[in-house]
Amino acid sequence: MIRFVNASKRYSSGFDALQNVSFHMAPGEMAFLTGHSGAGKSSLLKLIALLERSSRGQVIVNNQNLAKVSRRRIPYFRRNIGIIFQDHQLLFDRTVYDNVALPLIIAGFSHKDIGKRVRAALDKVGLLGKEKKYPITLSGGEQQRVGIARAVVNKPPLILADEPTGNLDPELSAEIMNLFQDFSDVGVTVLVATHDIALISQLPYRTLTLKDGKLITDSQPTSS
Amino acid sequence: MNSNKRKRDTLNRPGFITLLHSYFLRHVQVFFYSLGQLSRVPISTLMTCMVIGIALALPMGLHTLLKNAQQLSGGWESTAQISVFLKKKISASQAQKIQSDIQRWPDVISVHYISRERALKEFQALSGFGDALKALNTNPLPSVLIVKPKLSQTNEQATQKLLSKLRNLKQTDKAQLDMQWVRRLYAIMNIVERGVLILGILLALAVLLVVGNTIRLAIQNRRKEIVVMKLIGGTDAFIRRPFLYTGFWYGLFGGVIAWMLVSFTMLSISAPIEKLTMLYQNQFELTGMSFLTTMSLLGISIILGLIGSWFAVGRHLREIEPQ
Ligand SMILES: Nc1ncnc2c1ncn2[C@@H]1O[C@H](COP(=O)(O)OP(=O)(O)OP(=O)(O)O)[C@@H](O)[C@H]1O
Ligand SMILES: [Mg+2]
Repeated sequence: MIRFVNASKRYSSGFDALQNVSFHMAPGEMAFLTGHSGAGKSSLLKLIALLERSSRGQVIVNNQNLAKVSRRRIPYFRRNIGIIFQDHQLLFDRTVYDNVALPLIIAGFSHKDIGKRVRAALDKVGLLGKEKKYPITLSGGEQQRVGIARAVVNKPPLILADEPTGNLDPELSAEIMNLFQDFSDVGVTVLVATHDIALISQLPYRTLTLKDGKLITDSQPTSS
Repeated sequence: MNSNKRKRDTLNRPGFITLLHSYFLRHVQVFFYSLGQLSRVPISTLMTCMVIGIALALPMGLHTLLKNAQQLSGGWESTAQISVFLKKKISASQAQKIQSDIQRWPDVISVHYISRERALKEFQALSGFGDALKALNTNPLPSVLIVKPKLSQTNEQATQKLLSKLRNLKQTDKAQLDMQWVRRLYAIMNIVERGVLILGILLALAVLLVVGNTIRLAIQNRRKEIVVMKLIGGTDAFIRRPFLYTGFWYGLFGGVIAWMLVSFTMLSISAPIEKLTMLYQNQFELTGMSFLTTMSLLGISIILGLIGSWFAVGRHLREIEPQ
């Protein structure tokens, strides 16, 4: 599903955020991406979502070499990725329902389909009762879950999450990780960037560790 | 696994008919959504539309006045006539012969003969010099042929040709066409027309800039929304659409305001103008903007709104990229 081949990212400032990163994730796999602050976790996710382009090497997602995806095709490419951001990236002047419906509207789903899918996604994250609320009236954890609902509402084969549990308490964090596990169980590829080592260590998933832009360890879960 | 993937694919994409249907539905929605957005900020919307309206009303109003002036002077043109003063030795019967000759010329509508006696009587009646003239033994006035030429604004040369033909008749003493001032008026109106055109182009440019700048601000205000749209796969066309429709609404409302301003102005000056023309014993009714002119005003206004927003969107949408 995701394949990095000696991929490097140098920002226009001349800073090397990623150097010679190579790894592969199979469809339906779930993995954590960790490392110190500034290690390049967000940069790596950005390469996958074509928010940035690699300076050297190859990034292949869903059998597409991203170097060959033209600017015009990027929106269509992104529709196959559910991205979850630490700062939610919700629209505060629209209801929870409208926020979650946005990817479906963009993709041109019918009105009837949109209603069904939005409710299913909100149900999944446990926010079915709050569809008419505005995100500003929700707690941080609830906002994060709205973001997750929006990311999964059009059933993308790949989910990327950047610090999804950034400022949530351990209990909420575990809840959100459970959600990701559920998606992974139904065949969705999930890559979660986080520096919450405590949380990772409890969960039986592959962990990629970055240090100063280099992939230093790629540990399979110790089977328990 | 492969079949699993295919199944998800079909689930994941709306069918073609659905796409087509929701595409049009989406257009209609955005059409009214952008209107709703504007109505949320009625004051600033109204101000923008007023600026557009005034900018368009100015050349449009001048154009309408000019059209009226042209129509009015067109009336004067048709009253153009050439006075042919015959030599004094020409007798009445000779004069009548010449009259019927000229009558047959193709570039002449009618010829009216005024005998020396009638000319004298009319002069006595109209000039107030009646008593002074009575003192004279002989009639000093020549007989006159009033020739109405077939005139058209575009064909001045024909009139001049007719004039010199009349002058060259051996019976003619003098022939004159007293339409110089109408001709000058036309020249002036031509200049004014060109001025109005240039003014119109400049103000259209101003409308473009106003719409462009307003849309630019709207884009900046909704920067975050644009970023989110791009993050979740919104195409440029999708993101552009509400701004283009906003430009459309600005154009439409600006055009309507321009129309109202011009109509109101015409209405308020029509009474004094009618009074003025009555003094010149001229039946003249001020005509407002025709249906066609109104429609072209609205059309131009909408097109300007669309172009203005198109430029702004093209310039500023690319700059906003998710970080
Ligand atoms: N647009 C940019 N231009 C220049 N340098 C950048 C840019 N984005 C990130 N960097 C640099 O690249 C390095 C890696 O950044 P990145 O955001 O990938 O780190 P991270 O692992 O996500 O860190 P954190 O855990 O703090 O989020 C940092 O040193 C950062 O300063
Ligand atoms: Mg980061």
